[in-house]
Amino acid sequence: MTNTVQVPSLIEQFERGLDAPICLTWELTYACNLACVHCLSSSGKRDPRELSTRQCMGIIDELERMQVFYVNIGGGEPGLRPDFWELVDYATAHHVGVKFSTNGVRITPEVAARLAVSDYVDVQISLDGATAEVNDAVRGPGSFAMAIGALENLSAAGFKDAKISVVMTRHNVDQLDEFTTLAARYGATLRITRLRPSGRGADVWEELHPTADQQVALYDWLVAHGERVLTGDSFFHLSALGAPGALAGLNMCGAGRVVCLIDPVGDVYACPFAIHDRFLAGNVLSDGGFDDVWKNAPLFRELRQPQSAGACASCGHFDSCRGGCMAAKFFTGLPLAGPDPECVQGYGAAALSRHRDRPRPSGDHSRKGPVPLKLTTKPPLRPCNESPV
Amino acid sequence: MHPPFDPARGWRLHPQVAVRPEPFGALLYHFGTRKLSFVKSRTMLAVVDALGEYADARSACRAAGVADDQQGPYLRALGTLAASNMLVPR
Repeated sequence: MTNTVQVPSLIEQFERGLDAPICLTWELTYACNLACVHCLSSSGKRDPRELSTRQCMGIIDELERMQVFYVNIGGGEPGLRPDFWELVDYATAHHVGVKFSTNGVRITPEVAARLAVSDYVDVQISLDGATAEVNDAVRGPGSFAMAIGALENLSAAGFKDAKISVVMTRHNVDQLDEFTTLAARYGATLRITRLRPSGRGADVWEELHPTADQQVALYDWLVAHGERVLTGDSFFHLSALGAPGALAGLNMCGAGRVVCLIDPVGDVYACPFAIHDRFLAGNVLSDGGFDDVWKNAPLFRELRQPQSAGACASCGHFDSCRGGCMAAKFFTGLPLAGPDPECVQGYGAAALSRHRDRPRPSGDHSRKGPVPLKLTTKPPLRPCNESPV
Repeated sequence: MHPPFDPARGWRLHPQVAVRPEPFGALLYHFGTRKLSFVKSRTMLAVVDALGEYADARSACRAAGVADDQQGPYLRALGTLAASNMLVPR
């Protein structure tokens, strides 16, 4: 993917930040039809302050001026916004490519046919198990069937190269070959990313994150198959397991330096895994627009300064992993200057075993009470509860 | 899959590729393949910019100030870009 002319260190340059992000994540809504246990944005209910269609278009205009090539649109479930397709069309007409993540709920045969004729839209179907059993335990009953239905519709419509986007957990990391087979069946590409302890993920991370042995197996699999799988370059904490450069991609934390997140109300965070006041840089409506927040927010300026390696300074692998993921450290209550909770040298496990205070989440859009999908699995108490007739 | 890069012929950016100049060189994004590439020096960016105006890649290098005996790394980098379909024959 990269070429190699006269490079002192591209990573060092990126760590000092760019005038515009390489790409950014834009969560369009906190509304979601699902309630995945590891949701990064604790989505469920729409936030009444969510940006209007016109405000979203204003952001797209700004991204076009900044030459941000594409946005990763997510949520929540972005397809639930009534103006979703209008915004997708507006972005692509303004030279901002769209990759959107969906659980598949709106990917009907008609929508799939529309998507198939656009060169500028990429679709990522989220799936967290190669079987319904493994997937639905995390994403909820019926979510596997819904995702597969979307993949079938896309494939039947001739949409080329959809992505199957998988968050790696203790229960699906052994299914990598099955995921590969599944992707091949739909002419899709497999994309795997790291489980973060962010949002509701903070509550399930301890039991869901891959074991140390699984991390090694995952690393070996990535080195062997890395050319054919996308990772969002999210596994850089594993790069200390082998020779520098063995793991494909940009192995660095891009938060506030080359990536960021815009949330549904226009708040700008350092990265999609850091929706917390600690990593809030500003707001596109109240702080002079996205360009100004990106260039001048004190948080982003701070992130573009050289970062302290802290407890990792004496580790010989620091140049490979660079201390790992800031958000993973923060949400597990570890110091930012120190090892990643999944440090492959074992320093993370040791740090986790000591006393730590996990931060309280600063936003939660989860639907309270029972999720409707679960309610229907219980028999009604009285027949008239089910049907008023 | 791809033929070897031929510096004696003319090349140009794929029409779906956008270029964003950066202090370190440039970012290239291909809207068709949705792949991102990095051009890692301003000189290399000058070579890429010159491609479309010259009959062959070596002439584009010369126009960007790269002498014949120093063109090896630049031609290899062009080859990488051609292999990912960022460049296409003129």
